[in-house]
Amino acid sequence: MPKKFVAEFVVVENRALNATNFLIKVKAPTLLPEIKPGQFVNVEIHEATDIFLRRPFSVFEVDYEDNTLSMIVKILGKGSGKLTEIKVGSKLSLVYPLGKSFTYPDKDDKILLVGGGSGVAPMLFLAKESGLPISQVDLILGARTSQDHVNVEDYAKYASLHYASEDGSLGEKGFVTQHSVFTTNLKNYTKIYACGPDGMMRAVAKHAKDAEVYCEVSLENLMACGFGVCLCCIEPTKNGNQCVCTDGPVFNINELKW
Amino acid sequence: MVDLKVKVHNLEFKNPITLASGTCGFAREMTDFFDPSLVGGFFLKGTTLKNRDGNAYPRMAETPSGMLNAVGLQNKGIDYFIENIYPEIIDYDTQLIINVNGSTVEDYIALTEKVNELDKIQGIELNISCPNVKEGGMAFGVSCPSAEMVTREVRKVYDKTLIVKLSPNVTSITDIAQAVEGQGADAVSLVNTFLGMAIEAETRKPKLSTITGGLSGPAIKPIALRMVWQVANAVKIPVIGMGGIMNAADAIEFMLAGASVVQVGTAVFKDPLVALQIIDGVKEYLERHNMNSVEELIGSLQL
Repeated sequence: MPKKFVAEFVVVENRALNATNFLIKVKAPTLLPEIKPGQFVNVEIHEATDIFLRRPFSVFEVDYEDNTLSMIVKILGKGSGKLTEIKVGSKLSLVYPLGKSFTYPDKDDKILLVGGGSGVAPMLFLAKESGLPISQVDLILGARTSQDHVNVEDYAKYASLHYASEDGSLGEKGFVTQHSVFTTNLKNYTKIYACGPDGMMRAVAKHAKDAEVYCEVSLENLMACGFGVCLCCIEPTKNGNQCVCTDGPVFNINELKW
Repeated sequence: MVDLKVKVHNLEFKNPITLASGTCGFAREMTDFFDPSLVGGFFLKGTTLKNRDGNAYPRMAETPSGMLNAVGLQNKGIDYFIENIYPEIIDYDTQLIINVNGSTVEDYIALTEKVNELDKIQGIELNISCPNVKEGGMAFGVSCPSAEMVTREVRKVYDKTLIVKLSPNVTSITDIAQAVEGQGADAVSLVNTFLGMAIEAETRKPKLSTITGGLSGPAIKPIALRMVWQVANAVKIPVIGMGGIMNAADAIEFMLAGASVVQVGTAVFKDPLVALQIIDGVKEYLERHNMNSVEELIGSLQL
């Protein structure tokens, strides 16, 4: 029995969350397998001759009753830009589910989730799936300005929400990794999870190491296949070069050479 | 019922659609998607005598209708393969051909001798065309004397099917094909990737850590097709064709040009199931053209 699939999904929703982020929800033609936070799908971009390869996106939400999954697409280049123009009712080819998920927290854990830019999606997914009471889940989101923040108020029932923005227009002023949580009480957490730009994750990893707190990050190295055969997305680790697509994208920071 | 079986020297393929080395891992990765017995065969990931870490990241750059790679033969070496991978794939009901690489002739010989002991693997693809390694690789495949020498020395220690994988980065690919045929190659496979380059103008930096890399995908198909046609007309041994095959029509074109078997490569990255669709498409084409077997299609280009 196959564990990974290629199928044409139908777009059931494509909604702008702000100027650069879109929520795209797609319906699967057959029953979805279990998909966990941190796993991703590889999406074919239609009608773009200069976009040859698929584009990987973290899964944001899965609804097994509706048989739908959604992703947050941030416009980064031509491929993601083209994807955000897709019409409801259109077909979208996905390879799924790919990669390994974050390690779920234990019931006594107090966790810190750090999301930057398009890395918000798997953090929200993990907050929802963690099964922990809100008092044990802190979620910090970083963006350049309040305009760049994705509205995640619905997630206030799964996590205590904190914000950072570079211009101070929402939450604390500065990078997400300069947020007071990192300077005051980091040792209170038993697990830290991060997804976002490379520089942000490296800074989170450094804070976690200094405070000696368990930490997992989700990498997004350039990849061609997404299922471990092209060996393009490698990350040097203490176990040699590993494929971000199959050995990750989630790594314990202690495995990385950061 | 059309007969899809095809023979390349002593290797019997249940159908002519195989997956190219470097695009299907060691076949087991593909079993997450499909039953390996459905395809003609797998050309396994390029293997060397010892572990190789490959090149630094970034190793890939997307290009119009294709991509450049500079993986540099990352693999854990033949002993790791024999101990850890071979036992897992030994029962796959399809042809498994290992792609062998060396920095020196001695490496090729030592590696081939080890592969010769593996009963399931009845053929090797001698890679003298990898553009992404500093020593060996393509250096052997771009001149007739060195291509002849490696083929001759490997032939001495290997009596199963010897396929030599050719580089397109040469003045005359037919000269190289004839040279390796003359030294006892049982078949040739072509083409490996074209040496290419990509630059990020804004940062004024190359997109690959190695500056240059190998171009694959539909961008190279017309050139690959021309080379397969030329080589098929220049040698008597079977030709295995590849280079930008994305669908059944492409595969049929390569067979019309003279390829007995085709390898699907970069297309697998876009669609891991593409080989199965190509098999169905080839079958449908043969029926529609009232051909009873794949053999009737091979080299049947009408001039």
